[in-house]
Amino acid sequence: MATTALDFLPAPLRSLRLKTKQQELLLRVSTLALIYVLAFAVRLFSVLRYESMIHEFDPYFNYRTTLFLSENGFSEFWNWFDSESWYPLGRVVGGTLFPGLMVTAALLHRLLRALSLAVHIREVCVLTAPFFAANTTLVAYAFGREIWDSGAGLVAAALIAIVPGYISRSVAGSYDNEGVAIFALLLTFYLFVRAVNTGSLAWALASAFGYFYMVSAWGGYVFIINLVPLYVLVLLVTGRYSQRLYVAYNCMYVLGMLLAMQIRFVGFQHVQSGEHMAAMGVFFLLQVFFFLDWVKYLLNDARLFKSFLRITLTCVITVGALALGIGTASGYISPWTGRFYSLLDPTYAKDHIPIIASVSEHQPTAWSSFMFDFHILLFLFPAGLYFCFKRLSDATIFIVMYGLTSMYFAGVMVRLILVAAPAVCLISAIAASATIKNLTTLIRAKSKSPQAASGKTTGSKAAAKGAVDQSLPFQHNAAIALLLGAFYLLSRYAIHCTWVTSEAYSSPSIVLAARGHNGGRVIFDDYREAYYWLRQNTPPDAKIMSWWDYGYQITAMGNRTVIVDNNTWNNTHIATVGRAMSSYEDEAYEIMQSLDVNYVLVVFGGVTGYSSDDINKFLWMVRIGGGVFPVIKEPDYLVNGEYRVDKGAAPKMLNCLMYKLCYYRFGELTTEYGKPPGYDRVRGVEIGNKDIKLEYLEEAFTTSNWIVRIYKVKPPKNRS
Amino acid sequence: MPPSLQTLTTPTLLLLLLTATAVSCSALPPEDGIRILSAEKRIDLTGSIVKVYLTLKVENAPAASDASQVLIAFTPTEAQHLAIVKATRAEGKRKKKTYAPLSVEASDLATTALNGARLYSVLLGAPLKPGEATTIEVLYVLTHSLEPFPAEISQSESQLVYFRDSAVLLSPYHVLEQVTYIKTPSNRIESFTRVDPTSRAGTEVKYGTYKNQAPNSYLPILVHYENNRPFAVVEELVRKVEISHWGNVQITEHYKLKHGGARHKGVFSRLEYQSRPSISGASSFKNLLARLPPRVHSVYYRDEIGNISTSHLRIGSLKSELEIEPRYPLFGGWHCTFTIGYGLPLEDFLFESEDGRRYINLTFGCPLLDTVVDDLTIKVVLPEGSKNPQPVVPFVTEKHLETSYSYLDVVGRTTVVLKKKNVVGEHNVPFQVYYEFNPIFMLAEPLMLVSAVLLFFVACIAYLHMDLSIGKSS
Repeated sequence: MATTALDFLPAPLRSLRLKTKQQELLLRVSTLALIYVLAFAVRLFSVLRYESMIHEFDPYFNYRTTLFLSENGFSEFWNWFDSESWYPLGRVVGGTLFPGLMVTAALLHRLLRALSLAVHIREVCVLTAPFFAANTTLVAYAFGREIWDSGAGLVAAALIAIVPGYISRSVAGSYDNEGVAIFALLLTFYLFVRAVNTGSLAWALASAFGYFYMVSAWGGYVFIINLVPLYVLVLLVTGRYSQRLYVAYNCMYVLGMLLAMQIRFVGFQHVQSGEHMAAMGVFFLLQVFFFLDWVKYLLNDARLFKSFLRITLTCVITVGALALGIGTASGYISPWTGRFYSLLDPTYAKDHIPIIASVSEHQPTAWSSFMFDFHILLFLFPAGLYFCFKRLSDATIFIVMYGLTSMYFAGVMVRLILVAAPAVCLISAIAASATIKNLTTLIRAKSKSPQAASGKTTGSKAAAKGAVDQSLPFQHNAAIALLLGAFYLLSRYAIHCTWVTSEAYSSPSIVLAARGHNGGRVIFDDYREAYYWLRQNTPPDAKIMSWWDYGYQITAMGNRTVIVDNNTWNNTHIATVGRAMSSYEDEAYEIMQSLDVNYVLVVFGGVTGYSSDDINKFLWMVRIGGGVFPVIKEPDYLVNGEYRVDKGAAPKMLNCLMYKLCYYRFGELTTEYGKPPGYDRVRGVEIGNKDIKLEYLEEAFTTSNWIVRIYKVKPPKNRS
Repeated sequence: MPPSLQTLTTPTLLLLLLTATAVSCSALPPEDGIRILSAEKRIDLTGSIVKVYLTLKVENAPAASDASQVLIAFTPTEAQHLAIVKATRAEGKRKKKTYAPLSVEASDLATTALNGARLYSVLLGAPLKPGEATTIEVLYVLTHSLEPFPAEISQSESQLVYFRDSAVLLSPYHVLEQVTYIKTPSNRIESFTRVDPTSRAGTEVKYGTYKNQAPNSYLPILVHYENNRPFAVVEELVRKVEISHWGNVQITEHYKLKHGGARHKGVFSRLEYQSRPSISGASSFKNLLARLPPRVHSVYYRDEIGNISTSHLRIGSLKSELEIEPRYPLFGGWHCTFTIGYGLPLEDFLFESEDGRRYINLTFGCPLLDTVVDDLTIKVVLPEGSKNPQPVVPFVTEKHLETSYSYLDVVGRTTVVLKKKNVVGEHNVPFQVYYEFNPIFMLAEPLMLVSAVLLFFVACIAYLHMDLSIGKSS
């Protein structure tokens, strides 16, 4: 194609004509460069629609710690005890986080500063996720090339650049661990597969470092450390054991383990906890396998070897089982954590850990969100699996296993769609690339066939196919139609992805936008209004009690101490807050006094119709509170199993602290034309208790749209 | 001076009276023969800033020598809160009256001042010959001189403040005839000290006419009245002006704002505030107006946690107006910090002086209207490579130089830092910074970028043509 374009050039330039190989290289590099830019640019919708700001909840913590890191240096950060959260317990931040993201951002910031680019750390944080997403496309290209061919690599890079499942967590401002972790995950997998394919120590070492980066960035590294041994096991079972595999896995596991243990949050868990035992088991198994292989080579006698095999296997299994049994019984090996269980068994969290179940992103995935996040990839995925099975190799086995396991996890938890996204893209890319390649071969062969009328002389595959074509009528036309169909589908995919990114995934969730009566955009900036008020107008040592969702934001934006936050490490503490919120005011006052609470913050959507407010979350507070303090019983807040806030609501509901704080003086406000005062626009009812008197608290601040309400806890009365 | 005129209520006033009598007893004879024929003092209390207009008709005694200055006296408290003193001299008769601005400086005649009174001397352009008379108009501005009383109010109350001054003019000269007018923003005046003759009409209280006041007389008065004007106080303002010879002046202003009136006490009810805006939170304010230069562009308004979406910009040919709303209404004692930034076309501000140097002509002070700035810092960041900066400011400021770094800076930019305390709207006058700049420095940064890109390509070419493998690949 390029040659025809070059024919139009003047003669001197024509001498610059490139060789086919160079043309291909140029084409590939420029396509990749375009994909790189696209992956970055498509994630900037949020900055254009809103502003360069940090989104959601957890990113605020990450931002705050990054700020701390860049201001105070690494050793201060590593030893940071944060007294501003989990009052009065505090939190050892350095030892309870994955520092990869913060260190990455701080290093990027320092690098830019060294290049004398005076950017603010916030801009670096905002753009970290898009930057790494763009890097992921490069890894996806390399990975695709490794498992199939460079065409599939390019398609994979293009697909992953805009797949909504990944974009949802990596738009500009979504400064979360996942932003860099997906890059690290894919990189580790790629390097490992490459190590298995080549048997090179260098690649295995690289994959160990990739794993180390992943461990430092995200708790999802557990997926790697279980998938890789599983893969090794499958290869062993299917008789694909090779020296290459031995080198790759041993190097990756041993070095990866040693490196991972340097992360304080992981530490000895890596050799002690149940989640990591599979990797260790497979490691030993591999040694045994190697040993047996060696013995087999030495003995050179099938019968003798068989008996030896029997003895060794019995010994190994006994020793392994004993070690595991003793380790578990003595508590040296810790059992699986609740999160791990809830992954394997989707119903586990619902029954045992309400705090995990209460998070919306931990819910099982609905079909619609699969469709929303993957679009045509959902159909291309099985096709890709078919192609992979057709051309089975070590690499394709890996990607098939990665695809299938991650798809299962994606079905268990909405947020894990993210982990599945790269696998789905890669496998779909194989399908798309292979299909299009086949179709174009058909078309080309057809067009060539008149020239090579005899057909047999060329002997090439295409010609052979062309010969077959003669027997199948309309194949040429059908191929063209199918090709057009494929392009149509892919373009629909691109349109869908762009639309989803701009409409659904670019909202920072802290600034709410709605359409006004005249079609204009109305911005509800109440969260920041409240947090800024706290920051400016409360004593610097004030303690704020709120539901844990807002903890990170209050500490980061309000710069005040909170009782609980999104790092839900202490269930009892959260349950205490839940109990205070669901108690009567006088009981709650005692709890608040014992926690030194100065202000209480609640989120209320009744005026604006903002549905994810505290009244809607209230049942979870009751459940979590009741899980620890049996005085709180869920049925007390329900009427016939129904959750209501109107006149028919349960008396305990109408008088609990949360209800009072949300609806204080709301009964005097008319929210909607033609409705009585005190009409709650979220629940669509007139509230049941309009005459709310507060005895121990007083209203300190309410934002302009009533979304955030802050109350001051009065000091205790003088004893008379 | 007859002290029996006083009707005093509070002990503080009594104390003041004693000092006043002391002052009048030991009055120093002025060195020169100046005396004030008539004085009119108009005190404007309608805003949060007190503005005083003095019209003095001074006469030099026939026997004295030429007088080159006229002294104005302030009490120590006044001197502390004094933001600016401006004086003009009226010349000519009624129709052809012209006003010539006079320079005012703090006088070092400390010995003549009694009880710590501070003297400012108005330098008359042309000396006043013996026997001549002239009219001087003085404007001075006092900040933080209104004391809220009660000091804490709830949301439904309106704000009452005290204002303290003297009924007669404090002056080192003999005053023959004097009158004082005090203008308040509303009819609601709770109380005021009577020093007969005193009268009140609507929003105005008149003291006087007093005749034949001895030098250094002082008769304290107290006015307690309603003032719901926004008491916007900028505790700290840092204005950073960055000049780029590529055609832009970028101004960034960091504000630390406070409501300086009566402190808010108790509940803040959004319901009350929304449903009864006129009486609820009467002394609070929710927006401010900033007057920016014309042709302003890329205006932003944000704080530490992001953009503030409530602002309106009106761009006109003479001036631009930026109406900003803080995130929340400001009640007494509430704080708020924010940043405003905007770009301006360079050609409106940068000029070349006759000696070949360049100078940037900017406005001093704070663009927010009707605010007091306690602490103002202006940083003029000159382009990299500029030399010998020399600021020219029409009043006394603290000056020093520092170096700041921005995008692609190697040696850093020379920055002129000007600091001034107690700045009001009257300080919004032009000032200049002169500096030398060689235009060749403009090319430094583009050349750096070009060479970086070039190096990158060269490195790529080199890499592609090199074989770095150790062994020969088969």
